Amino acid sequence: MANSADQEHPTKAFGWAAADTSGVLSPFKFSRRETGERDVRFKVLYCGICHSDLHMAKNDWGTSTYPIVPGHEIVGIVTEVGSKVEKFKVGDRVGVGCMVGACHSCDSCDNDLENYCPKMIFTYGAPYHDGTNTYGGYSDVMVAEERYVVRIPDNLPLDAGAPLLCAGITVYSPLQHFGLTKPGMHVGVVGLGGLGHVAVKFAKGFGVKVTVISTSPSKKKEAIEHLGADYFLVSRDPDQMQAAMGTMDGIIDTVSAVHPLVPLIGLLKSQGKLVMVGAPNRPLELPVFPLIMGRKVVAGSCIGGMKETQEMIDFAGKHNITADVEVIPMDYVNTAMERLEKADVRYRFVIDIGNTLKSA
Amino acid sequence: MAKSPEEHPQKAFGWAARDPSGTLSPFHFSRRENGDEDVTVKILYCGVCHSDLHSVKNEWGITRYPIVPGHEIVGIVIQLGNNVKKFKMGDRVGVGVLVGSCKTCETCQQDLENYCPSMIFTYNSTSQDGTRTYGGYSDIVVVDQRYVLRIPDNLPSDAAAPLLCAGITVYSPMKYYGMTEPGKHLGVAGLGGLGHVAVKFGKAFGLKVTVISTSPNKEDEAINKLGADSFLVSTNPEKVQAALGTMDYIIDTVSAIHSLAPLLAMLKLNGKLITVGLPDKPLELPIFPLVMGRKLIGGSDIGGIKETQEMLDFCAKHNITADIELIQMDYINTAMKRLSKSDVKYRFVIDVANSLSQ
Repeated sequence: MANSADQEHPTKAFGWAAADTSGVLSPFKFSRRETGERDVRFKVLYCGICHSDLHMAKNDWGTSTYPIVPGHEIVGIVTEVGSKVEKFKVGDRVGVGCMVGACHSCDSCDNDLENYCPKMIFTYGAPYHDGTNTYGGYSDVMVAEERYVVRIPDNLPLDAGAPLLCAGITVYSPLQHFGLTKPGMHVGVVGLGGLGHVAVKFAKGFGVKVTVISTSPSKKKEAIEHLGADYFLVSRDPDQMQAAMGTMDGIIDTVSAVHPLVPLIGLLKSQGKLVMVGAPNRPLELPVFPLIMGRKVVAGSCIGGMKETQEMIDFAGKHNITADVEVIPMDYVNTAMERLEKADVRYRFVIDIGNTLKSA
Repeated sequence: MAKSPEEHPQKAFGWAARDPSGTLSPFHFSRRENGDEDVTVKILYCGVCHSDLHSVKNEWGITRYPIVPGHEIVGIVIQLGNNVKKFKMGDRVGVGVLVGSCKTCETCQQDLENYCPSMIFTYNSTSQDGTRTYGGYSDIVVVDQRYVLRIPDNLPSDAAAPLLCAGITVYSPMKYYGMTEPGKHLGVAGLGGLGHVAVKFGKAFGLKVTVISTSPNKEDEAINKLGADSFLVSTNPEKVQAALGTMDYIIDTVSAIHSLAPLLAMLKLNGKLITVGLPDKPLELPIFPLVMGRKLIGGSDIGGIKETQEMLDFCAKHNITADIELIQMDYINTAMKRLSKSDVKYRFVIDVANSLSQ
């Protein structure tokens, strides 16, 4: 008979979990493994709320096994390191993102692309090497293998740094991989939410010109004055879209709702690239003529490898880039999820775990 | 007032379609005088491209009748403009899909005239002088020297003609998207005019080549004649299953509406699906496989002139030509019907010089 969650492992842990597809979270006792020789154990101080947490809590993708403790934008302070850990010591400010394991012997892993390893293990809701289920960062303590832990630069606040661990790497990786970082280039960002707002900041950090493409005219002022975007296009305004046709070297599309690709492909210059980082759950219509006539590309990208996640955080440290966050107490999480569903947040909720997660 | 087809000084004769039935018949028209930059070509052969069929039937909605198709033209130089130094009388030359561009924009300056916003097609386009362009199903054509290619000596004129569109259309993306690393695995979807040349190029680049087709009867030739390493029928779920995640790149030459999902699934991580076929309606693109595998779908449209010459020289070096069925001019309507049913191995070529008679 399977052990109950709080007896699976030797050390007690406490968090909030969803028990069923309602997605409603509530206090949950479970346990973490002992700190192995390559493990880093840390006290969780903050955890970002990613839209994926909402999808998983409600089993939108059909892959959830309950109970689920979500959270993969986790930051905190190291309390213990295993005997073979070299990069971290007690007291370090660290973070864990979307992954906690992979096979370490395939081509992807050899190329520091653990995120594309066929055996990659998600931070929550996935079977770990020892057969137990992984639990995420809406909890008091985290244990992860050193390879999957990143150092948070001293000058980055932990609360506003947390969302970089998923939102940050998810947009940083394709900006780099698809060559959209040369000063003077023009990059579009579709969708101004958790991913989109960080994409604007990174793109500006690279010195590229940025246009935000959004359905919400009300976001324009902030996009330009606060986030530093150069232009703002309302995608439902045909005149604005027409005027911008053929002007962008690349577009990062963060929107996961089903939406038309044609107008976005039209915004690209010849040889431009449209990179999808949101994943709509139905196929989108692809008119082939515009791709062919302009030698354009539609590509996808999924988070990033660990080496590049550290590189991203260091870049953020150097350029003082953090997410814009609304810090909330643990017991606000269900309300936060409801607001997130309506995109009512500027631009990421972050749970103040250290101060508000109280075990019963 | 629109100019009539007899608007230019030199008489010309060809076959044109006059309405969306697409039926072609004899047609008198005219060509401009040979200017300082021009070369006049007596046409020997012209390939029948599927685009010709789409165009005569106005399937893309952009045809203006009467239309003289043909953009895989091979012939002999019979007149040279004063500024033409790179060709001489009697040279064997080719004309492909383009006969003009602005020459001053960024893409023209990068030898990518095929992406120039003002590019002028060999047929069904408007020239800089406002007159319509007419293609190679005709006796002569007058072309700016920049858009004329030299046919290498060792390539036969008839079998080289299809290289001018089919050849460059697959060669260009194979180079641009890096589909040329020896030992990598290329899938070729569709075994027609474009597909069969892609197989030959793929083998010349040292790639492993798998043909992906809906026609099981093409397998024998694909392997034994064209040199493909393997063949899979895309409507056979077991074959597709076995091929999942095995290809570095796929070149999709199919112009019918088809499903992209199995093609994307056959790509490895970071794989590239390059589409060069021109379906007349949008396709469905599933996004999850792109995101989960960092895959991409890209397009490509013919190639620049410099690159077209490079492709012809590559063919000369590797003895690559198209597999053709040579036809008389008056067979053209039957050929078009057979083409619409993919009943050709793998390109019709019109023996213009010997069969186009007034």
